[in-house]
Amino acid sequence: MDLSVNIGPLRLQNPVMTASGTFGYGREFAELTDLSRLGAIIVKGISLAPRPGNPPPRIIETACGMLNAIGLENVGVERFLTEKLPWLHQFATPVIVNILGDSVEEYAALAARLNDVEGIAALEVNISCPNVKRGGVAFGTVPETAAEVTRAVRAATSLPLIVKLSPNVTDITLMARAVEGAGADAISLINTLLGMAIDTRSRKPRLANVVGGLSGPAIKPVALRMVWQAAAAVSVPVIGIGGITTTEDALEFLMAGACAIQVGTANFFQPNATTTIVDGLAAYLEQQSLTSISQVVNSLRIDT
Amino acid sequence: MAEFQEKYTVLRQEQLADDIFRLSLDAPKIAAAAQPGQFVMVRTGESLDPLLRRPFSIHKVIGETVALLYKVVGKGTRVLTSLGPGDSVDVVGPLGRGFDLDGPGPRCLVGGGMGIAPLYFLARQILQQDTGPNPPILLGARTRAELQVLADEFTELGFVVLTATDDGSLGHHGLVTELLDDILHRVRLVQVCGPVPMMRTVARQCDRARVPCQVSLETHMACGLGACLGCTCPAREGGYKHVCKDGPVLSADEVAWI
Repeated sequence: MDLSVNIGPLRLQNPVMTASGTFGYGREFAELTDLSRLGAIIVKGISLAPRPGNPPPRIIETACGMLNAIGLENVGVERFLTEKLPWLHQFATPVIVNILGDSVEEYAALAARLNDVEGIAALEVNISCPNVKRGGVAFGTVPETAAEVTRAVRAATSLPLIVKLSPNVTDITLMARAVEGAGADAISLINTLLGMAIDTRSRKPRLANVVGGLSGPAIKPVALRMVWQAAAAVSVPVIGIGGITTTEDALEFLMAGACAIQVGTANFFQPNATTTIVDGLAAYLEQQSLTSISQVVNSLRIDT
Repeated sequence: MAEFQEKYTVLRQEQLADDIFRLSLDAPKIAAAAQPGQFVMVRTGESLDPLLRRPFSIHKVIGETVALLYKVVGKGTRVLTSLGPGDSVDVVGPLGRGFDLDGPGPRCLVGGGMGIAPLYFLARQILQQDTGPNPPILLGARTRAELQVLADEFTELGFVVLTATDDGSLGHHGLVTELLDDILHRVRLVQVCGPVPMMRTVARQCDRARVPCQVSLETHMACGLGACLGCTCPAREGGYKHVCKDGPVLSADEVAWI
């Protein structure tokens, strides 16, 4: 039974990855999950300099989901390379580094810094961050700036490049095509949906940042729809993200056209969600008398 | 540090007051590994709503039994009350950094409301250390109904317990922190768990008296594992501490009390 998949030049033993920001730097889950069984580990997003993140409260649970406004807290690229990455060398599991920045130049500088580092299999570019030079409009909500970031990172690294799309756009296919045209080897989607919650007793927002990113099972149908649309619009591999909690969820994304998936919020409440899904996918292939997970990818049947 | 995710069998569900419950689990691995002040993350059911696990400090460890003390404050804790003997519950733990056990004695424990929970585990551990006569334990709650049963259990361990209630129905009529000043000169460490305003007051009292103070913090928390970075508390040195990994027990002077 073959669960392996190719994401552009990257070969994974199975299609199950951890979504950035939901799995720390891997080590946080080492006692509760077998990291060697993952398709890839995507670590917490890294910026050039450390970031302290937003004031609390940063998270709040909503119906079948959660809102977060962590504020991209991270240790910065240098501490990541000296304190976090070396520990992951003991596993054969590919490590994908998620990068973020305030400016095109910061993205490019990060990509260049990580280019020759041992033990990094690919970069995932988080373009949902605000573009400081353009009034804080997220890079990932304007096709031209999304393409600009992608081009700059592409020029700065020879590593495989995954661009992670924001769902907070009118037409996801425009974004998908823009980053494909700018040199992305693959696209991943969706990042969180912007949302908010209010405490009706105090009439205050429940997040100090007022708005935050919605994730978890609540967003799965939206994510699935966007993955299906994006997969039809581009020829590069698509990685499905958004509320994936069970094997069934993962299969839906694969059928919609994703060739791999990322498990995010589920890691928080089910630390072994990823390996459970790996087992579940193998069981599904067996039940269906299939030999390869590629037979599931893009197998959606729509009556015409 | 050993961490486990397992399903444990419910041994007992006690209702101690209107909205206060105690859940006892047959949890040998957690019982063997846990330190006072550590916590567990409990999945309240199979449903996706509530979605996240709920953090609970470890209230008691007796043999292989682990007890959690909780107040019904929302959907998750309400679902938890429906569990009975023989049911199973999915628990991750033990997590976080607990109270300093080797610190200087004598020490005074101060608990308010559900913050009393971890102090029982700590008090039992203190007894095993045989550090001589212990100062009183200070416990506060809203009413006698919330406090009496818990206070009696500390008394049964052999501690002198001083109580305070908001309505004066048990012990001192007022805040538990008002009982601390008379005792502070006799102790070399204060360990406190309760609502933030209470811990802030205790931290100030200790600071004035130059007595070290450890606080056990509570926040919203998605994972308890150091991954979500949601459980922040402002740090005195600038930036933030993460309650799940840096705590839940922190030195009071590490916290920027607002």
